[in-house]
Amino acid sequence: MHQAPCTKHQVLEWLQAVKDPEIPTISLVDLGVVRGVEVDEATGNVRVHLTPTFAGCPAMDYMKRDVERTLLAHGVPVVEVDISLREAWSSDMLTEAGREALRQHKLSPPPVLDHQVLDLDFLEYAECPNCHGNNTELRTPFGATLCRAVHYCHDCRQLFEQFKPV
Amino acid sequence: MDPKLDLLYRLADDQLILGHRNSEWNGLGPILEEDIAFSSMAQDKLGHSLQLYSLLHQLGEAEPDTVAFTRNAPQFHCCQLVELPIGEYDFSLTRHFLFDHAELLRFEALATSTYEPLAQVARKLRGELKYHVLHANTWMKRLGTATEEAIERMQRSLNFTLPYALGIFEKTDAEAEIISTGLFVGEDELRSRWLESITKVVAQTALEMPDVLSLAPVAGGRQGQHTEFLQPLLDEMAEVFRLDPTADW
Repeated sequence: MHQAPCTKHQVLEWLQAVKDPEIPTISLVDLGVVRGVEVDEATGNVRVHLTPTFAGCPAMDYMKRDVERTLLAHGVPVVEVDISLREAWSSDMLTEAGREALRQHKLSPPPVLDHQVLDLDFLEYAECPNCHGNNTELRTPFGATLCRAVHYCHDCRQLFEQFKPV
Repeated sequence: MDPKLDLLYRLADDQLILGHRNSEWNGLGPILEEDIAFSSMAQDKLGHSLQLYSLLHQLGEAEPDTVAFTRNAPQFHCCQLVELPIGEYDFSLTRHFLFDHAELLRFEALATSTYEPLAQVARKLRGELKYHVLHANTWMKRLGTATEEAIERMQRSLNFTLPYALGIFEKTDAEAEIISTGLFVGEDELRSRWLESITKVVAQTALEMPDVLSLAPVAGGRQGQHTEFLQPLLDEMAEVFRLDPTADW
């Protein structure tokens, strides 16, 4: 039986099920790691472009396999995943849904840069994911994973993690 | 050597070796946050070296793992600064401060390189390197204004490390072509930007900045001349790889 090839829109819907292996509330699409999807109209084969949040991210191979597995399970005949820095990831690539998903995981979303220069003062700013206040202080720019920094909220008196602006 | 290869080998080898040195703080950091910070910077730098070795591979050099794990010291192009043992924490911190200021400025300049694949990598790495510089500045300022012992140790480390740091900017025979083809602004220009950048931070501490340009640089690393510390590091780094170079990880 011949199946009509899937659409790009459908592929993006399916990829909503592929989550960051270390932040299970956010999909790779909302994280901005999925940079493009191409569907070959003749064969229905799909090519997905990914870019790492941080160049040394050890989860890329895992994400790649997860994308392949998910699309193959939806009947895509051949899936190709290409990882490149052609379009370097910036935290502004997070979608609104992605920012909300980070908050659900008690991670402070990075402030929106909107083409401002990422100066060193900017890195010190974070909003507390518990009380949403900004009476906070950067404790260390390095946390449990490369993409997280550790801040302290003077109102809640608690440490919290931030997804780093970059 | 081809100017692209010459430049990439220097960049990649610096990242790989300093990344490995940083990883030696894993489990030994003076406080937990510093243990994590040096381990994270190690992971970043190994990731950065992989991106650069991948560019070399695209230009016809061997696979990244082969290049990283099968060469001996005389084939490495890193500066001697990055290969020195981690020593005391004050030295590691000072090296990190001096190296990463140069590194951030280097990759900011490379973001407009005429060699587009390198410019792409640079545009990615410069954002990450800001965190390394932020971390270094924080601790330089904190310890450089702290107790008498802290200031005395940081001053001694600064005096000891600066001649090695000047070795970062050692030029090779390809320098003129690297500049004329727009690959990179060149080591002299980078050094002057670096000096301005570190001087600003040191001025916010009780430390005294030596007359840097009157110091004799510790050079040779870019030509394959290394300290006695590099080969044992390479042997340790490649120990597992060399057990079975064909193993699939």
